[in-house]
Amino acid sequence: MKQNSKEKLKEVFASIKMDAERRFREMKGDSSQNIFIGMATCGLASGATDVKAAFEEAFSEKGISARIIPVGCLGHCYAEPLVIIDRPGFPPILYHDVTPGKAKLLVKAFLEEDDPVFEHLLGAMEKNDLIPWIMDFARFNQEKRVVMANSGLLDPEDIYQYVAKGGYSALVKALTLEQEEIIHEIQDSGLRGRGGAGFLTHIKWQLVRDAKEKDKIVICNADEGDPGAYMDRTILESNPHQVIEGITISAYAVGAKKAIVYVRAEYPLAVKTTKKAIEQAKEIGLLGKGILGTDFDLDIAIFEGSGAFVCGEETALIQSIQGKRGMPQPRPPYPSQRGLWGKPTAVNNVKTMASIPPILNKGAQWYRGIGTERSPGTAIFSVVGNVLHAGLVEIPMGVTLRTLIFEICGGIPNQKSFKAVQIGGPSGGCLPGSSLDTPIDFDSLTQAGAMMGSGGMVVMDEDACMVDVARYFLDFTQKESCGKCTFCRIGTKHLLDVLERITRGKGRQGDIGLLEDLSLDIKAGSLCGLGKTAPNPVITTIKYFRDEYEAHIREKRCPAMMCRTLTAYYIDLDKCARGCDACVGSCPTESIFTTKNRKKGIDQTSCVKCGECMASCPPEYDAVRKVSPPELAPRIERPQETVTHG
Amino acid sequence: MARLIVDNKQIETDDGVTLLQACLDNEIYIPNLCYLKEMDNPPGSCRLCLVEIDGHSQPITSCTVTVKEGMVIRTDTEHVRRLQRTAFELLLSVHRVDCKNCPANRKCELQRIAKFLHFGLKLVRLDQLERETTVVQDHPCLEYVPTRCVLCGKCVFVCQKKNGQAVLSFAKRGLDTVISFFGEEDKATATCEECYACAEVCPVAALLMKEQ
Repeated sequence: MKQNSKEKLKEVFASIKMDAERRFREMKGDSSQNIFIGMATCGLASGATDVKAAFEEAFSEKGISARIIPVGCLGHCYAEPLVIIDRPGFPPILYHDVTPGKAKLLVKAFLEEDDPVFEHLLGAMEKNDLIPWIMDFARFNQEKRVVMANSGLLDPEDIYQYVAKGGYSALVKALTLEQEEIIHEIQDSGLRGRGGAGFLTHIKWQLVRDAKEKDKIVICNADEGDPGAYMDRTILESNPHQVIEGITISAYAVGAKKAIVYVRAEYPLAVKTTKKAIEQAKEIGLLGKGILGTDFDLDIAIFEGSGAFVCGEETALIQSIQGKRGMPQPRPPYPSQRGLWGKPTAVNNVKTMASIPPILNKGAQWYRGIGTERSPGTAIFSVVGNVLHAGLVEIPMGVTLRTLIFEICGGIPNQKSFKAVQIGGPSGGCLPGSSLDTPIDFDSLTQAGAMMGSGGMVVMDEDACMVDVARYFLDFTQKESCGKCTFCRIGTKHLLDVLERITRGKGRQGDIGLLEDLSLDIKAGSLCGLGKTAPNPVITTIKYFRDEYEAHIREKRCPAMMCRTLTAYYIDLDKCARGCDACVGSCPTESIFTTKNRKKGIDQTSCVKCGECMASCPPEYDAVRKVSPPELAPRIERPQETVTHG
Repeated sequence: MARLIVDNKQIETDDGVTLLQACLDNEIYIPNLCYLKEMDNPPGSCRLCLVEIDGHSQPITSCTVTVKEGMVIRTDTEHVRRLQRTAFELLLSVHRVDCKNCPANRKCELQRIAKFLHFGLKLVRLDQLERETTVVQDHPCLEYVPTRCVLCGKCVFVCQKKNGQAVLSFAKRGLDTVISFFGEEDKATATCEECYACAEVCPVAALLMKEQ
């Protein structure tokens, strides 16, 4: 690009930025009070709408002038709804689990009486002498926010807030560079695709850039479908402009004039914020024709997927946009050679796209400084299941699973012990306690038998039955198989059937071998990534928890006492209190009877093993026992009906 | 012209053809169900035509590989045979074996493959997966038998090719996947009555002309 047009470009952007900063200053005027409420899906689900209404009501009642700014997700889902109150004389303070009642209390105590209500706050957003800084806690200071740096801190529906915080400056920088220079920068950064496989991003871009065809397309893959994973959704809901900036840079680098965000229709809020963000960017000339006065044009469209898991696979995703059945196609040809409508197409995950602006802004060397040699940068996980502080975590690659689960996420609740962690969703594997020191990076996780996947992480405590966990994931993949190829369509169903019969105590000798053999063949023979990775939960649970499989098959025993057919409840007559009726009413099948000496017994023939009796037995008696195999439950006969009716 | 070495034997073939086609043309049989010579982009869905190619660590479907001068291929390694036998066994586990009463008897591709792989038509390792529907009679002139269907998709391909727009396609997901006419039965009648390309191409008599 010529020097004078570079200057012009910077000038155009400088005026946009000045405008944004002015608006930002006005909004955050020195005397005004700002209430930031986390209103991404996680916040809304925990009641943020009611909290917002409560604040509004209190303000109008008391005539307080304060501005409410809806923001995205901070990643601390365990503490939602989260509210940050920023007012003069105090550091911005983060409050957790805010209810409408708490909101009213905060208005009265804090806004009116200057009492920051220490018992309800999580910490201060800035270092100060009054309130502990959030960065003093592991859940905050062990994270490294690159992609999520502004998540939960700005209004996703206001482009000016993003611009005022330095947004779109990477795009300006990119437009002053040659396309090759951008690809080189990405190459130097070592960025690997965040969709799961960890393919080097610059290679994909280079292939599309080098393709002879003139029309090229960029697709941002937001078809996140793993059970328990919601990273892409949160990013789009919290800071869509960073993704759009990344898409724009990537389109410029590969020479595309069209881009598509493929996002599932089940993410209505993400669709809405992304749509709005695209409109706003267009309005101020950051998208559309002649971006920032250059001759670079880009249109971004949104395509709403209909919720098939397999459409996260890039070739199936492309089929789906073309209006065809979402079935993966053999590669080669790769989408970078022949993709959407036969044109060279670069398909990148949301997190990959959102990593581009910081890389261009701060440089490849800075990015390489985060994470490990072969996996630079950060990893975003949605850590769910049996952890204290569940939510989204962005950590530098190379942090161990132990640090992530026990330090950052606070460990296992209810004094239970850690059993396994499932990484990478249904395509990933279950790793046991002995793998906790595995560093989190693409290669180490693959080596351990799991995979980075898109970033779902389910932590399980001692109560999880690993055979049942494998069954759960296979049930998912089997249903989500597109039915195209033999191994995936029929093979996963056989895996599921064998796992089901094992959990029902009908396992046969040789079933473990059959599962292993079939798994290997399905991995080697399947057409696409879904089938190739579907057996991973089976393979890893057998590898690390073989004794549980054996207990199910040989002893008809479920060590975790989760498989219903293999467990039984009974009442310990030595502990049961004579005359106590607490459990009787809780039983939905009237299986609890009174013995001759007025204690209770369970009729095993009609018991459905719901566990309600155990929950309702007063702790001072603690008389209900759960055992596996069911034969361990002592037989207590129901006395003959002696009461005559009528 | 490209020269390849297949199972230690040199063969010559036209450029641009698929490896599977090159082998079949040279009388080297590789089991296959979903491939047709006329396909530009073979679906690679039956996963039977696997071969090992020098330089690749894993078996590859030969229908999705274009021949290259000097390629060295093995069609009969232990790994290839193991995967083919498993794939065949899987197909068999959803196929109601009733050859005696099946119109495809003696010209059935499954029988041919079973013979080639020395694989009996009885399941040893796996249980039979039963299906609810055995025959679909919705179409005015075609009968569909899901318990025979191997979902190769040849019927969809030939219909599309012959009529521009296929009147049948895949429906549902996972093991429930079937070939469906999507309620286009009436509209389709006119063309279907003179066509029957789908029934002709079906390798296992899962699509049949209805007896009038």
